[in-house]
Amino acid sequence: MRAPAEQRHAIELELNGETRHGSAEPRTQLCDFLRHDLGATGVHVGCEHGVCGACTVLVDGVASRSCLMLAVQADGRRVDTVESLARDDVMNDLQQAFSRHHALQCGFCTSGILMSCVEYLERVPEPDEAGVRDMLSGHLCRCTGYTGIVRAVLEVAGQRRTGESQQQALENRNDV
Amino acid sequence: MKAASFDYVRAESKREVLQLLHEHGEDARVLAGGQSLMATLNMRLTQPKLVIDINRVEELNRIRNERGHLAVGAAVRQVQLTDRAELAREVPLLAKALPWIGHFQTRNRGTVCGSVAHADPSAEIPLCLVTLGGTVVLESLKGKRREVKAVDFFQGLLTTDRQPRELISEVRFPLAEDGADYHFQEIAMRHGDFALVALALCLRADGAHLGVGGVADRPVAQTLPLGDELPDALNTLAWSLGAQDDVHASAAYRRQLVRELGRRLIEEPSHARTR
Repeated sequence: MRAPAEQRHAIELELNGETRHGSAEPRTQLCDFLRHDLGATGVHVGCEHGVCGACTVLVDGVASRSCLMLAVQADGRRVDTVESLARDDVMNDLQQAFSRHHALQCGFCTSGILMSCVEYLERVPEPDEAGVRDMLSGHLCRCTGYTGIVRAVLEVAGQRRTGESQQQALENRNDV
Repeated sequence: MKAASFDYVRAESKREVLQLLHEHGEDARVLAGGQSLMATLNMRLTQPKLVIDINRVEELNRIRNERGHLAVGAAVRQVQLTDRAELAREVPLLAKALPWIGHFQTRNRGTVCGSVAHADPSAEIPLCLVTLGGTVVLESLKGKRREVKAVDFFQGLLTTDRQPRELISEVRFPLAEDGADYHFQEIAMRHGDFALVALALCLRADGAHLGVGGVADRPVAQTLPLGDELPDALNTLAWSLGAQDDVHASAAYRRQLVRELGRRLIEEPSHARTR
């Protein structure tokens, strides 16, 4: 596939379970394409060189910096952003735990962290604190000091192991 | 920042990559995992006319254990090695070094050969390759296929022996030696940051082969004597690296890390921090 610089090129991808179409110049970063063309403004753009982690999304289920991918590279791929987590306006267990544990203040870094957690908890269903902190080293949060985030992630890991999370989510439906 | 504009080709085969490199030479950059190249594009530190994406070239996405080495193709991601159960037996040093590379989110896309191509002096994979005496395989359309020793390949800060029309098609890590132990250690300002000092060790009965990253303008490896002569040898090695002051650490602190971390890694390797 050849894409000349100044032209826009058709891109088809599966965003949060839906097939979406758009177009972008070769130099367009995936994060900008997701925000500006597909309206996924939950993707936050921080440093634009892969350090801060705010723009982290799942590409084919794998946590990736969307500022370090070209939009044209996502053609034919499955991309999941923070918008995929809530169902029927109810936040998922991870989001609810973040709220309970004050795991965010300004919230700018949160959507990227949540997407890292999604893959991390699939790969490491029984994490310890050191492991969670190592995972979080790929994200910069200037508000929280990370303590609340660590608590939230460990709590959700525990809940998921005991199968409480579904029930908890339903019970919390009215609280949040 | 946003990258300057460039043409983009999603290559389907190695031959197509070599053809494009032949036509465009210095104006082209090969895009693998993008964890270094995309950052430099976004900051406009590099402004190629053409970006050649090798992410979907299947023949470059291979790991082979053959003839005494582990060959890792140009499109193989770091996470593919992390997930390879046999790696701890095949190339134990690499298995120990991988968790120190960036973060899991960057290892998910970053490639092994991409790190070698970028040649950051503090990068872990070039350090392992030099310490183990590995090689880099370079291919071009018209030229001969070259296999270059890692120690000759890395020539300085972000500078390598790769010629503009060449592709790093794979790198080769020698398999573990019988009777040798391998250890890795580094100090950075925070987890996943660039190493102030990174150490890779192949410990044999009669000596320690120690690689140092993050101090000189390229990874350097040397064989050191064990026992009473070790402190002096480490001191000589530390001074030979031409350490410089920068915003992260002084030259004196870097030398001290080489001496003290080096001594501890060699004499008490079981106490080394893992990640």
